[in-house]
Amino acid sequence: MTIHNIYIFDHKGGLLYYHEWNRIKQSGMTSEEEAKLMYGMLFSIKSFVNKISPIDTKEGFLYYKTSKYTLHFMETPSRIKFVLNTDNNAQDMRELLQQIYSQVFVEYVVKNPLSKLSEPIQSELFKTKLDAFVKQSPSFLAKPL
Amino acid sequence: MSRSSSRIDTKKVNSELVTLTYGALVAQMIKDLDNADDVSKQLERLGYNMGIRIVEDFLSKTGSGRCLDLKDTADKVQMAFKMYLGVQPNVANWSAAGDEFSFILDSNPLTELVELPDDLKNLKYCNIICGVLRGALEMVHLDVQSWIVQDQLKGDSNTEIRLKFIRRLEDSIPAGED
Repeated sequence: MTIHNIYIFDHKGGLLYYHEWNRIKQSGMTSEEEAKLMYGMLFSIKSFVNKISPIDTKEGFLYYKTSKYTLHFMETPSRIKFVLNTDNNAQDMRELLQQIYSQVFVEYVVKNPLSKLSEPIQSELFKTKLDAFVKQSPSFLAKPL
Repeated sequence: MSRSSSRIDTKKVNSELVTLTYGALVAQMIKDLDNADDVSKQLERLGYNMGIRIVEDFLSKTGSGRCLDLKDTADKVQMAFKMYLGVQPNVANWSAAGDEFSFILDSNPLTELVELPDDLKNLKYCNIICGVLRGALEMVHLDVQSWIVQDQLKGDSNTEIRLKFIRRLEDSIPAGED
């Protein structure tokens, strides 16, 4: 099992943070372009899911899966979006995303008055904590596939 | 998601410390600005900046979802008062249209040990709470207005904070291709 990479978007769609652990294939564009593309797709899927749903959705879009990887999505009520790509065997990723939000993002970004909430995260403390947090998750296997 | 309230861990602080720190802040602002209206305005702004961050802490600790209606919002804010100020306000005085209501606080931890001097009778001492409410609710896409109706510091029997729903803010669309 493995965790490929993570994207965090602010409530306006700006990329707050990106980090990759085991990414074998690059997209061949700049990271800004890639983030925009990613956000655009999430935005479209979200509205698609909500419009096409035959019943009232509570959480809406949760994840999608291809033959090779799964993209897990979590949005807080304050519209901060967490996106995590893993392989198809990873379990309980919503729980992990919720924990990243409450135990890493809130603790080291929101409660850090020096980090602005609409600019890319610079805090080294946040980066180390997130890295450690993801690496201790049972779904994380450091060696590349 | 199954997040029970028992999982919320909040570190306890003596409320007198908060009261006195806040008092020192207000006193300093009065010295710096010497105009009660400016101080009220700055307190509101300060509260706003706190609100946009405090909401994340609230959401992550309670795991609560989006508000279904204003009644739901009122309940959640009531819970937040309990978490952050240790007091449980009553929600009352709903307007006929259902877009306005009040939080009524029997005791206000910010104003204990406080007495307003005569020349500052128009100072909105607790305006910071109004700012916090506005900032926090803006982050969950609710545009609200908030103001103080009754104030124990001005001789009323309890503190009443009024909240008016203005509109729901929409999701921002992604930036277009350059």
